[in-house]
Amino acid sequence: MTEDEGGAVAESALPDRDTLVRMYEVQTTIKQCDERFRSMLMSGQIALIYYSPRGQECISASWGVHLRPDDYVLTIYRGLHDHLAKGVPLRELWAEFLGRATGTCKGKGGPMHITHPASGLMVTTGIVGAGIPIANGFGLAAQLRGSDQVTVVNFGDGASNIGAFHEGLNLASVWKLPVVFVCQNNQYGEHTPMRMATSVEKISTRGMAYDMAAVTVDGNDPVALWRVMGEAVDRARRGEGPTLVEAVTYRFWGHLMGDAMEYMPAEERQAAMAADPVPRYRQWLVDHGQATDDELSAIDAKARDAIDDAVQFALDSPFPDPSELFTDVYAEVVR
Amino acid sequence: MTVAAVASRTMPFAMAVNEALDVAMGLDERVFLLGEDIAEPSGGVYKVTKGLSTKYGDHRVRKTPISEQAIIGSAVGAAIAGFRPVAEIMIMDFLAVCLDQVSNHAAKIRYMSGGQTTVPMVIRTSAGAGMGFGAQHSELLEAWAVHTPGIKVVVASTPADAKGLLLSAIFDDDPVLFVEQMMLYWNPAYAGEVPEGDHRIPLGRADVKRPGSHVSLISYGKQVHDCLAVAETLAGEGIDAEVVDLRTLVPLDIDTVLESVARTRNAVVVHEAVTRCGFGAELSAQIHEALFADLEHPVQRVGAKNTPVPYAKPLETAYVPQAADIEAAIRRVVA
Repeated sequence: MTEDEGGAVAESALPDRDTLVRMYEVQTTIKQCDERFRSMLMSGQIALIYYSPRGQECISASWGVHLRPDDYVLTIYRGLHDHLAKGVPLRELWAEFLGRATGTCKGKGGPMHITHPASGLMVTTGIVGAGIPIANGFGLAAQLRGSDQVTVVNFGDGASNIGAFHEGLNLASVWKLPVVFVCQNNQYGEHTPMRMATSVEKISTRGMAYDMAAVTVDGNDPVALWRVMGEAVDRARRGEGPTLVEAVTYRFWGHLMGDAMEYMPAEERQAAMAADPVPRYRQWLVDHGQATDDELSAIDAKARDAIDDAVQFALDSPFPDPSELFTDVYAEVVR
Repeated sequence: MTVAAVASRTMPFAMAVNEALDVAMGLDERVFLLGEDIAEPSGGVYKVTKGLSTKYGDHRVRKTPISEQAIIGSAVGAAIAGFRPVAEIMIMDFLAVCLDQVSNHAAKIRYMSGGQTTVPMVIRTSAGAGMGFGAQHSELLEAWAVHTPGIKVVVASTPADAKGLLLSAIFDDDPVLFVEQMMLYWNPAYAGEVPEGDHRIPLGRADVKRPGSHVSLISYGKQVHDCLAVAETLAGEGIDAEVVDLRTLVPLDIDTVLESVARTRNAVVVHEAVTRCGFGAELSAQIHEALFADLEHPVQRVGAKNTPVPYAKPLETAYVPQAADIEAAIRRVVA
C-alpha cells in the first residue's frame, strides 16, 4: 500500500487490525451486494433503475469507520456503497430497492432516495450536487446545538461543475461548518469523461478557491483513505471547519445498468477492473499478516448469507397498499 | 360580565411580520432566520427583520452570501436535523435560482423518505409589481409552488393575518412558502390592528372579509383590498359582493369557497399573478366541477396580463389587474 504521494506506509500510520478488517467487511458487502443486484437484473428476476457503485467501495468504507451512528451522511443516486458504509440495514435496503412496503422508505423513495435516520443516512438525492448545500444545514444544526456531530456528503466529479457545489463550499468555509465534502471522482459524469467537462486536473484545487483544507487521495488505497478521512473528520469534530476530499477511482459499470459504455475506452476499463481494489486489499491484509485467508473467507460468507437473507426478505415482502399514495405528502392528508 | 379584549396595536404589514418572527424566536430556540442582508444594521432590504439580530444574535439571524441554493439547502438540512429555519428569498423571482432545493428537496423529502424525515421550514419572500422594478423583481409565482405537492403556500392580505399565519407556518411540520407583497409592507393604507403575543391563525382556513349575496369575489393578498374597495363602490348601485380571502392556497379551504358560491351563484377569482395557469384557473375549475348546474354565469378570472412585468409606469399599470378590471368582471356576471 502506498500513499497518494507514493512511498511505503509507516506501520505507525496504520489503523488497528479491527479497523482494517472492518473496512474489508464493508467493502465485500458492497461488492457482493452489487454483484447480486446485477446478476438478478441480468437474469430478469428483478427490474429497477440501478447505478452500480463497483470500483468505489474503498472510499465509503474508509469514512464509515471514522463516523459515529449520530453523524450525518448524505449521498446521491449512486449511493449503495454509502448506504451500506453508514450501516443502513440490508433487509430494509433491498426491500426499498424492490419497492416493497418493508423498505427503508415504505417503497415510496426507491434506490435514488434511500433514507434511514436511525443509521444517520439522512438524504439520498437524485439531483447532481444538490446534497452539498443540504449538508451545510446538517453542519449548521450541529454547530448551533454545540454538538460535535460531523456531516459527510458524497458526490461525484461531475457535481463539482454545478453551482450548488460552489455555493455550498463557499458558505461552509465562511461559517466554518463541520462538514466533509467527499468527491468520489470516478472520472465520468454520466457519459462524459472528466477531462472534457472539468477545468482542473485535480478537483481538490477547487477547495483552495474557498480557503478550505483540500486533498486528493487514491480512492483505491484503503489505508491512505483512512488517514485522509480521519484527518478531515477530526478537523470537523474539533470545530475547525470543512474539508474537501477528492478520492480518485474508476466506475466499472458505466452510468446506469444497461448503459452500453461506448464512451469508455475498453482498454481503460479493463485496466481499472484488473486493478480491482477490493481483492487487492484482501490480498494485502493476508500478505501483511493483518488477517488470514480463512478469516476473510468467513467474512465473505457472512456477507453472502446476509445478502441471501435480505433478498429473500425483500422478495417475500408486500408492495405498498395503494392507500399509501396519499400519506406522507404533508404531515396530515391535504387536498 | 365583560369579556377581556385581546390587546392589539395598529401597525403596518411589515411590522406584523417582524412581530411574528420575534414571537417565534422568543418561544422556541429552534427557530432561526437566514437570508441576504437580514441582520443589523440593515435589518433586511425592506426593514422587515429590523432589530432581530440585535435581540437574538447573529447566530440566530444569519446574514448569508448571495447564494440562494446555499440558503435554502442550509434551511432544508437544518430542518431535517430538528430546527425550524425561516429562510428569506429577497424577491420572489429569485426562487428560480434555487427552485431545485425548493421543489426537489424541501417539498419532496417527507414523501421520498416515507415520512421518516420532515422539513419544517418557512421560505419568506417579497413579491409584486407596482414599484417599477421591471421583469425580474416583480412577479407573483405562487402557482409554481401550488403545482408542487409537499409544500404549503400562504399569501396574507392584512397585518393581523400576516402575523397569525406566519406564526402557524413556522410551527407547522411541513415546508411553507410565505408570500409577502411588497406594496403592502409600509403603506399606512394597509396598516391594521394586530393582536399582541402568540397570535395564530390556522393554515387552510379562508376568511370572509365582507359578506354579500350577489357575487363571490375570491382572492388573496393585496388584491383582497382591491376587491373590498370595488365591493364598496358597487354597493351604492345595489350590487352586494362577498369577498372571500383564501389566505392559504395549500391547504385550500374549498368548503368556504363552495359554500359562498353556492349562495351567490356567481364567482370572480382575482389575483395579481398572470392569468394563464394562475391559481385562479385551478379555482375556477374546482368551482365549475362542483357547482356547474348552480352557476348563473361562468366563473370569471381577473389576473395580470400574460407578459413579463414591464418597467414603464403605464405598461406596468396595464399589466397589473386594476379595480376597473375587477369591476368589469363583476358586471359580466351581475346584471
